[in-house]
Amino acid sequence: MENTTLLATEATILFAGDSGDGIQLTGDQFTNTAALHGNDLSTFPNFPAEIRAPQGTLAGVSGFQIKFGSTEIYTPGDQCDMLVVMNAAALKANLRQLKKGGIIIANTDGFDAKNLRLAKYPEGVNPIEDSSLEEYRLLTLDVTRMTKSTLEGSGLGTKEVDRTKNMFVLGYIYWIYNRSLDATVKFIEQKFAKRPEIVEANIKTLKAGYNYGETSETFMQRVEIRAAQIKPGKYRNINGNPATAFGLIAAAQKAGLPLFLGSYPITPASDILHELSRHKNFGVKTFQAEDEIAAICSAIGASFGGSLAVTTSSGPGIALKTEAIGLAVMLELPLVIINVQRGGPSTGLPTKTEQADLLQALYGRNGEAPLPVIAAQTPGDCFYAVYEACKIAVEHSTPVFFLSDGYLANGAEPWLYPTSDALKPIVPNFAKELAEGEKFLPYKRNEKLARKWAVPGIKGLEHRIGGLEKEHETGNISYDPENHEFMVKLRAEKVDRIADYIPLQTVDQGPQSGPLVVVGWGSTYGAIKTAVRAALNDGIQVAHIHIRNIHPFPKNLGALLAAYDHILVPEMNNGQLVRVLRDKFLVPAEGMNKIKGVPFASGELLEKIKSIVAHA
Amino acid sequence: MHSETQDIAVFTAKDLVTDQEVRWCPGCGDYSILKQVQTVVPELGLRKEEIVFVSGIGCSSRFPYYMETYGMHSIHGRATAIASGLKATRPELSVWVITGDGDSLSIGGNHFIHMLRRNFNLNVLLFNNEIYGLTKGQYSPTSERGKITKSTPMGSVDHPFNPLALILGADGTFVARSMDRDPLHLRAILKRAHLHTGTSLVEIYQNCNVFNDGAFEVFTEKGTKADNALFAEHGKPLVFGANSDKAIVLDGFTPRVVSLADCSENDVWIHDETDRTKAGILTRFFDDPRKAEAFPRPFGVFYVEHRDTYEDVMNRQLEEAVRLKGSGDLDALLRGNSTWEVAG
Repeated sequence: MENTTLLATEATILFAGDSGDGIQLTGDQFTNTAALHGNDLSTFPNFPAEIRAPQGTLAGVSGFQIKFGSTEIYTPGDQCDMLVVMNAAALKANLRQLKKGGIIIANTDGFDAKNLRLAKYPEGVNPIEDSSLEEYRLLTLDVTRMTKSTLEGSGLGTKEVDRTKNMFVLGYIYWIYNRSLDATVKFIEQKFAKRPEIVEANIKTLKAGYNYGETSETFMQRVEIRAAQIKPGKYRNINGNPATAFGLIAAAQKAGLPLFLGSYPITPASDILHELSRHKNFGVKTFQAEDEIAAICSAIGASFGGSLAVTTSSGPGIALKTEAIGLAVMLELPLVIINVQRGGPSTGLPTKTEQADLLQALYGRNGEAPLPVIAAQTPGDCFYAVYEACKIAVEHSTPVFFLSDGYLANGAEPWLYPTSDALKPIVPNFAKELAEGEKFLPYKRNEKLARKWAVPGIKGLEHRIGGLEKEHETGNISYDPENHEFMVKLRAEKVDRIADYIPLQTVDQGPQSGPLVVVGWGSTYGAIKTAVRAALNDGIQVAHIHIRNIHPFPKNLGALLAAYDHILVPEMNNGQLVRVLRDKFLVPAEGMNKIKGVPFASGELLEKIKSIVAHA
Repeated sequence: MHSETQDIAVFTAKDLVTDQEVRWCPGCGDYSILKQVQTVVPELGLRKEEIVFVSGIGCSSRFPYYMETYGMHSIHGRATAIASGLKATRPELSVWVITGDGDSLSIGGNHFIHMLRRNFNLNVLLFNNEIYGLTKGQYSPTSERGKITKSTPMGSVDHPFNPLALILGADGTFVARSMDRDPLHLRAILKRAHLHTGTSLVEIYQNCNVFNDGAFEVFTEKGTKADNALFAEHGKPLVFGANSDKAIVLDGFTPRVVSLADCSENDVWIHDETDRTKAGILTRFFDDPRKAEAFPRPFGVFYVEHRDTYEDVMNRQLEEAVRLKGSGDLDALLRGNSTWEVAG
C-alpha cells in the first residue's frame, strides 16, 4: 500500500520513558530538527527529581512534549496528537495527555511482565494487547529487538546497544514527519567524537528507525508540517537558561564590564552556571561557591570591585541569600539576582515549575528593602529580560531581581536572535578621580537618585560602605531618626523612579478597554496568548496584558487596567500578582490559580474566559 | 620599575586615620591592633587606593571605618566570602579581612574554611577575644568549656575550637599568632602576612576588658609572659622562660618541655615554618595555662606553604580560553551553530 502524506498545520508529540531512556535527548534532537525545518515550536520537558528513579516505575517517568507547526506556536500544547512510550509506566502516566483518536507508539519490550507490574497494571492486564486503547491508534514496535539486530556484530555490549534504542524511535518519528536526519547525525558525531564505534552505532540505529518507517508499512500516513510564516529574519533554537546566560554576557560586553557569577548548584538554575563556565574567553569568571550565601557575597565583593556581578539560584537558595540581598540594597551596588523558580515551599518540587516566589522577590527581606523585579515571559525573552535587569542594576546602582522558572529554563522556542549592535547601550555610573580640593561623597546621587560606583584603585575616592544606616550623601554611619526615615524613603524613591526609564505597558492583544482583561506575568505568556487569541477568534471581547516589569510597574499600568470591567490574573501560585495589583491599584482583580507543577493549558484558560464573559 | 616606585605617593600612619570617631570601649585591645596596622601599612610599598579592608559583624568589624582606605563593613560571617569575590576579580588589590572569633569561626565558619583551601591572596586578621562583645557578653566558639556568661549561667557546655589547628586542617598556607599587647611582634607578623602570597591567617589574641578581661594575661603580661608564651622564629630553637632556660624537644612525635640545663642544645626543636607535621604539633600547644604541666602557648609564624592562589589559576584559565578560542565574539555566540532564515 502506498504511503500518503497528510498536510497539517501543527502537531504535538509527547515522548515518554524511563528517566534513563534518553527521552530528554530525543526531545532536544526532535526540537532542533523541527526548528531547522522552519517550524515554530514550544517545548516542555518534564522529568523526575531523581537522576535515576527506580527503573520502570511511574515515579521514574521522564517526558518531553513538543508542539510544532506552520503557524505561530506559543505553548507546548495542552494535549498531544502522538504519545511515544518506551514502557508501560510511561503509557500509564501520560495517557490522559493524549487526544482521543491520537496515536500511541509503544515499545513492546517495555510492556513485559516486569514492566507491567512496576507500572502497577493488574495481574494479567497488558494495555497494548487488550482492547483498552481502542479509542486511540496504537502502533507497537519491538524497539529492543530491532535495535539489537541492527547492531549485530558491532562488537558493542548489551548495555551500549540498549542505549541506542531512543535513536531508533527518533529515526522512526523523523520518517513520519518527513524530517532530515542531518542535524542529529551531526550532533551524534560531535557528542561521541572520541568514540567512533558509538557514533557509528547511533547513526546506524537512527537510520534503521527511519528505514523501518519507509519499509514496514506500519504507519500508513506521513505528516507534512511546513515551515511557519513567522517574522522574517535569522532564527536559532533557544532554551531559557542559555538565553539567560547569553543575556548576561551580552550586557557585560555592551557595558564594557567583566562578568562575575557567584553561584551554588541548584535545580533548575544550574545550567546558567554551566553555560557561563563555557565562555571564559569573554572574560567571564564563574565561582562555584561553598553555599548560596557565599555565592551572593562573592558577587557583592565582585560588584564592589567593578564587575557586572550576578548570582543565580532557585527559591530555597534565594531564601538563604536574603540577608545579603538586604546588604546590596544598603550598599546600593549593581547586582543581578536570578531566581529560576521551582515548586515550593522548602525543597518542594525541584524539577517542576511554579511562580510562587514573586512575593519573596518583592518583599522577602528584613527592613524596608525595595528592589526592581523583572520577569521573563518566554525562553527567548529570558535574554532580553535579564539584559534589562543588568542595565537597570548598572545604571541605577541597585540590586535587581530577575525571575525565570523551570518551564522557561528548560523550554525551547525558535529565537529571532539579535545582533550585538541592536542592543541598547549600558552605561556604568562610575565615579571618576576628583578635582583638586573636591571632597568625595559616596552617597551623593544623580537625577536617577543613583549613587556613583566608586571602584577601588581610584586615588582620592577611598571610602567605606556597609550595612549600617547611612547618612545622606556622606555615607557615614547614622542613627539619626530623621535621617533613617529620609533614607528609607529615598531608597524607595530611587527604585520607583526606574518607572521613568522603562517602556510603558502595552496590551498584547485585544481591545484597549472592555469587559475583560487577562493579566499575566512570567511563563504563562504563551498559554494566555493562545487562549485569548482563540477567544478573540470566537468573537469574545477579551484583552491580554503581560507584565515584565513587576517592580516598579510601568507608569500607565493603573490607567490601562481601569479600562476593563473584569481583571483575571492566572498564576502558577496561590495568588501573588493578584494581591499586588489589588494593593497598588484598588482594582477588583480575580485570581485563577494552578499549583500543580505544570503550566496552564490554554484550554483551561479559554474555558475560564468564556465562563466569565457568559456571567458578565 | 623606577617610575612606578616614584609614582607611589608616600603616606603615613596619620593619613590612614579617618574622620570617624573610634568607638571601641576605652582599654579595648582593638586600639592597639588598629595602631599597629596603621603603622605597618604605609611601610608595605602599596598605594593607598589599592588597599581594601573588608569586615563582617562584631566589635572588631568596625575596623574599616577607621582606616582611610577603601572598605566594606558587611554582614555577619561573610567578609571572607565578599573578599573572595573581590580578590577573584581584582587580584591586584591588597585586600585585608578583619574578623572576630564569632564572625569567622561561628556564623562564618563555612566561608572561613573554604577561603583557606582555595588560598585567595588575602590577609586575614582574626581578632580572638574568646567572647561575644558587641552583643554584650555571650560565650564564643573559642571560649573555654565551663565559661560563665549571660547565656551560660551554669557554665558553657561547648568544647572550644583550637583556631590554628582548624586553619592548618583546612590547608591554610600561612598560619600565625600574635597578640594586641606586643606591638613589635604584631607589626612583624603583619608584614610577613602581607608578603605571603596566599591566604595569610593571623590570629591575634585581643583583650576584651569589659566582658572577658584578662583572658590572655598570662601570655601577655610581664610577670607571666616569659614562662607561658613561646615565641617561635624560623630556624631558631624553641626556647622560653624568664631566663630563656626552658626549651621544647621532640621525642619522636611527642613534644616535651625540658630545662636547657638538662639537655644538649642540639636536641632542642628548631622551628621550621615549612614543616607541616611539626606545625601541627605546635598548634596543639593549647593547654589551659592554669594547668601545672601546661605547654607554653606559641606565637609567631607556625607554617608557610607556597601554593597557587585561586585567582591566579582562575586568570590563567581565562587566558588559556582566549588562546584556544580567541576573544569572545558576541555575535557568534548569539548566532550559535545552527540557524535558519525565514524570508520576508
